[in-house]
Amino acid sequence: MKIAVISGKGGTGKTYFSTSLAMSLEEADFFDLDVEEPNGYIFIKPDISDEIQYSLPVPQIDEDRCTFCNKCAEACAYNALSILPQLKKALFFPELCHSCGVCSFVCPVDKALIEVEKNIGVIRKGKFLKGNFIEGRLNIGEPSGVPLISGIMKDHLDPERTAIIDAPPGTSCPVVESIKNADYVIIVTEPSPFGLSDMKLVVEITKKLGIKTGVVINKDRGDSKATEEFLRKNEIPVIFRIPYSLEIQKSYSKGIPLIDTVPGIEKKLKRLYEDISNG
Amino acid sequence: MDKPKEIVVLSGKGGTGKTTIASSLAVFFRNKIIADADVDAANMYILMNPNTIKGGEFAGKPVAKIDSKSCINCGICNDLCRFDAIDIIDGQHKVDQLSCDGCTLCSLGCPEDAILMEPVMVGKWFSSDTEYGKFVYARLDPGAENSGNLVTMVKHQAKLLAESEQTSYILIDGPPGIGCPVTSALSGADYTIIVTEPSISGISDLKRIIKLSDHFKVKSGIVINKYDVNLDNTKKIEDFANENNIDILGKVPHSFCIIDEISKRAIPVLQCSELKEPLTKIYKKITGYFELENETKK
Repeated sequence: MKIAVISGKGGTGKTYFSTSLAMSLEEADFFDLDVEEPNGYIFIKPDISDEIQYSLPVPQIDEDRCTFCNKCAEACAYNALSILPQLKKALFFPELCHSCGVCSFVCPVDKALIEVEKNIGVIRKGKFLKGNFIEGRLNIGEPSGVPLISGIMKDHLDPERTAIIDAPPGTSCPVVESIKNADYVIIVTEPSPFGLSDMKLVVEITKKLGIKTGVVINKDRGDSKATEEFLRKNEIPVIFRIPYSLEIQKSYSKGIPLIDTVPGIEKKLKRLYEDISNG
Repeated sequence: MDKPKEIVVLSGKGGTGKTTIASSLAVFFRNKIIADADVDAANMYILMNPNTIKGGEFAGKPVAKIDSKSCINCGICNDLCRFDAIDIIDGQHKVDQLSCDGCTLCSLGCPEDAILMEPVMVGKWFSSDTEYGKFVYARLDPGAENSGNLVTMVKHQAKLLAESEQTSYILIDGPPGIGCPVTSALSGADYTIIVTEPSISGISDLKRIIKLSDHFKVKSGIVINKYDVNLDNTKKIEDFANENNIDILGKVPHSFCIIDEISKRAIPVLQCSELKEPLTKIYKKITGYFELENETKK
């Protein structure tokens, strides 16, 4: 069973919920795919054993061989290359490159344009309880976490094991990439109009992808009527509630997980997982 | 007339109160254009009560489309694609448009010229009137890519308005994270207000966003929201700011009034007295910074 946890709006409690869900299960793996701001480690406190550098291919032009024909720059959909024939210069802007390989495909000269590896982030691996902890951490200044997210899913997701996947906030590409492999999506929302507005957007995504979805209402002060109405209309169940509590916020701020803050919640999370996996 | 000063509200971590601070500052600043650059999860419009005056669709990068009549299902496109965007459904190769990055490699490599690149609409932008000035915002279609370009589009529209209205400031509510939409929001900015919270996660993300803002050489100042939830961590943020020569612009207490006002779709500072003093301070510090900068220039 692979469960991805998303939210749309940031700060609704994705990481806080998903880390405790993973810790309440016997042997679940935890994936932190919020690669721009990975914070799951704060609550899980894993023993990190491996740090694997993650790289992507980018072009490197040999100006002695290059004929400055401009084919690579013309073909690049991201304007990452600029050829200056008069100066016999080939300029490459790595922060614009998407590592698609078009430039090396169209280059007509042997060995004038080769692809070399460029580091974009790191994958940190470790252990907690009986589970594996896998985190992606994007280098600061890198434009997109999507390749790192898809790289982690391809190389580190064990089909035999239970996985809890903590996805990034928002409603765009990186979220789609993080939930593609999931059997079930949990949306963690809050009752505010912001939470509701962003939840509606991510519901559209899970519908489009056809993934079963349930909602956790966090920071619940009995003010979630509009949220519940929307969910009822869309036939999406509310599967868990966490009350609004200053005590929980204080505990969160110190990096103490939900299961060590609210007595009895571990059992409820275990039951939730069983309910989800039994359909 | 000087170029309008761009002030961007960022946070790294989501949910720290960017929109609360940005909408409240919109009440203080006169003579500005307001923009919501969090196009992934645009929320500022909920508080600004905008009357749309104009808008348009936003086309993303063209994505690939296979013409099944010409396609001989040779599989070359699938071998070439680095984005896993080619699916085979009932023996027919098809492009998964959500995964396609628009690089054109499949189209170039197709021996039958059966793959064309077609633009898709990925969002909409709007410019509007509000009680507190002109306001530009946008909505990206769920699951779409390219939000960095849509952010640039929003900023461009805001700049055009700022020129025609001769305003001194553009106040921008930014996206969370540190990726492309954030760098698009940061590029060309004159000041970044970083809204953080005194949690370990908040501090961890604060450090990453400060590094990014330094990378772009944008002057930054910090607002600590819900500072009283953890005073030890608030002290840590203040120490970090001191060591790195970053201004603490203000500290905002935890407040149920803010939550209640937002649920009424109202700008929190209008009703919440506990917000008035810190927001006044933040406003004065930022305008003071620009005044000083102007004098030094002269």
